[in-house]
Amino acid sequence: MCHDTTGKYKKFPAGAGHPAYEPKEFPPGSGKIWEPVDLSEIAQTVGAASRANCGACHFNGGGGDGTKHGDLDSTLVNPPKEVDVHMSPDGENMVCADCHKTEAHQIPGSRYAMSVKDAHGKDLPESDGNPTTCESCHGLKPHTKQKLNDHIDTLACQTCHIPEFARGDKPTLMFWDWSTAGDKKRGVEKDEHGWTTYNFKKGTEKWEKNVTPEYRWFNGQTDYVAVGEKVEPNEEGVIVINQISGGPDDPNSRIYPFKVFRGKQGYDPETKQLLVPHLFPFNKEDKSAYWKGFNWDEAFKVGMETAGLPYSGKYEWVKTEMYWPQTHMVAPGEQSLHCDDCHSPGGRLTQVAGIYVPGQDRFPWVDALGWGLALVALIGVFVHALLRLISHKRNAH
Amino acid sequence: MTKKKAKIYTRFERLWHWSQAILIISLGFTGFCVHGVYRLQTFEEAYKIHRLLGWALVVLFIFAVFWHFTTGQWKQYLPTRQKISKQIRYYTVGIFRGEPHPYEKTTRIKLNPLQRITYLAFLILIFPIMATTGLMMIFYDQVRVVFPIPLEWLAFLHTVGAFLLVTFFIVHVYMTTTGHTVFENIKAMITGYEEVMDDEGGDLAVL
Repeated sequence: MCHDTTGKYKKFPAGAGHPAYEPKEFPPGSGKIWEPVDLSEIAQTVGAASRANCGACHFNGGGGDGTKHGDLDSTLVNPPKEVDVHMSPDGENMVCADCHKTEAHQIPGSRYAMSVKDAHGKDLPESDGNPTTCESCHGLKPHTKQKLNDHIDTLACQTCHIPEFARGDKPTLMFWDWSTAGDKKRGVEKDEHGWTTYNFKKGTEKWEKNVTPEYRWFNGQTDYVAVGEKVEPNEEGVIVINQISGGPDDPNSRIYPFKVFRGKQGYDPETKQLLVPHLFPFNKEDKSAYWKGFNWDEAFKVGMETAGLPYSGKYEWVKTEMYWPQTHMVAPGEQSLHCDDCHSPGGRLTQVAGIYVPGQDRFPWVDALGWGLALVALIGVFVHALLRLISHKRNAH
Repeated sequence: MTKKKAKIYTRFERLWHWSQAILIISLGFTGFCVHGVYRLQTFEEAYKIHRLLGWALVVLFIFAVFWHFTTGQWKQYLPTRQKISKQIRYYTVGIFRGEPHPYEKTTRIKLNPLQRITYLAFLILIFPIMATTGLMMIFYDQVRVVFPIPLEWLAFLHTVGAFLLVTFFIVHVYMTTTGHTVFENIKAMITGYEEVMDDEGGDLAVL
């Protein structure tokens, strides 16, 4: 898969990572047959991993092209320069492994252990062991203008240099509300782009392209809610599935761009767990699968049972959020954010606490008092001038 | 003492005054743009121009300080409490009754007590605060290593100073009209000459 150069290696959709070793029908009962992969041919033509090799899985995370990450989709197989300045054949034509440079098949740069601030800088002549950071090539003073370099202690490179994500050909999934699923009469609904807005199997969906990221303080530490973990909604009623850490006083933190994937999922209010639904039927007789019986009670019961987890029998829908750090699809320099994008009233970092952004932030009472004072002075001099004029005329008589 | 047409503002003083006026007005326009009050330019352009003008004003200020000390004219700004109430009474009452100025400008004393204290405050308080906070914001990343002051404090002081300058500007421009004639003072600041009391040879420090 990683080193296949034929493009013929395909995993079987419900094969838990395995390809088809013998002809198999999928979807079950459809009559469509998946032919087995010729493993010998593939083994005899292996080569260096291309963007397409890595992308065969990573572009398709979350069930389809571009669905999951926001900054990864099949556009990156051959991206135009404005989509990705590094990977474009018109740009640097880099492959994944140029940054994710392996050592003994260990691939660095995982989102599970991110480095948001690389104090080491250039990895030549001496590497810090993580070649995936921007600083590994661009160093710690990447701009010619001092004022821009002054920003890099608080802003991740990605914040300015990824002005929007999903800038390729594919939209990314931004919202998924399971609670509305099951309306077979509605079937599948699409918007003017042909992107699904409703699917009776999955519920309400929202796909977007060229999305403005949301910005958060981030130090690379992410805590994931695991299956079976007890978790309660926060004060906004949201369960954050992967809680990111960081803040203005944390020296390892910088402001970082995220795709925030929002949704509504099944939740057991008594055992305080996110529920695992049983979706695919086990066999033709299985009616408990949601995509067969469309009964959530049954689907959660069997799903949790199969996962070996307790289920109280009660479910409700809870809002969830998941944070996807954006780091690919770096735009050419001239398309990066401009000063105005943040240094304006209502700028991009309005929601980020702990920083004073000139042009965006102010002390409203200082402005009110200041303009008030100037107005008083203006009125004062006008009244004074008027009185002088009147008295001058009177004195002349 | 007799009245005579005399040169009261030297060429340097006039050049200093008008270039300072242009710089402060332009700094005001670009500064409030940086502050986000309006966007006549992009933030980047406004910031660049503001920074450049700020440097120019600092250079001009250094020249002015040099000039004032080498000519001894710094004594013009020595504050005095003498007759300060008379001056206030003139602007609030006397001016409406056609009373004469409590101070006659002389060849050696150009500023009345209110002007002295206002300009002195401008030169030793407002200007240094604006320049210091401005420079500290330009070099904030370097400054905060040795002096960890929050950026918002600097921005706060700089903004307060800016509003005081706006107010000063309004009152100052209006006050130029309170001479013997409406344009007398402005004319003097342009040509350098004004009808004043002849007082050559006296000591500046003594009123």
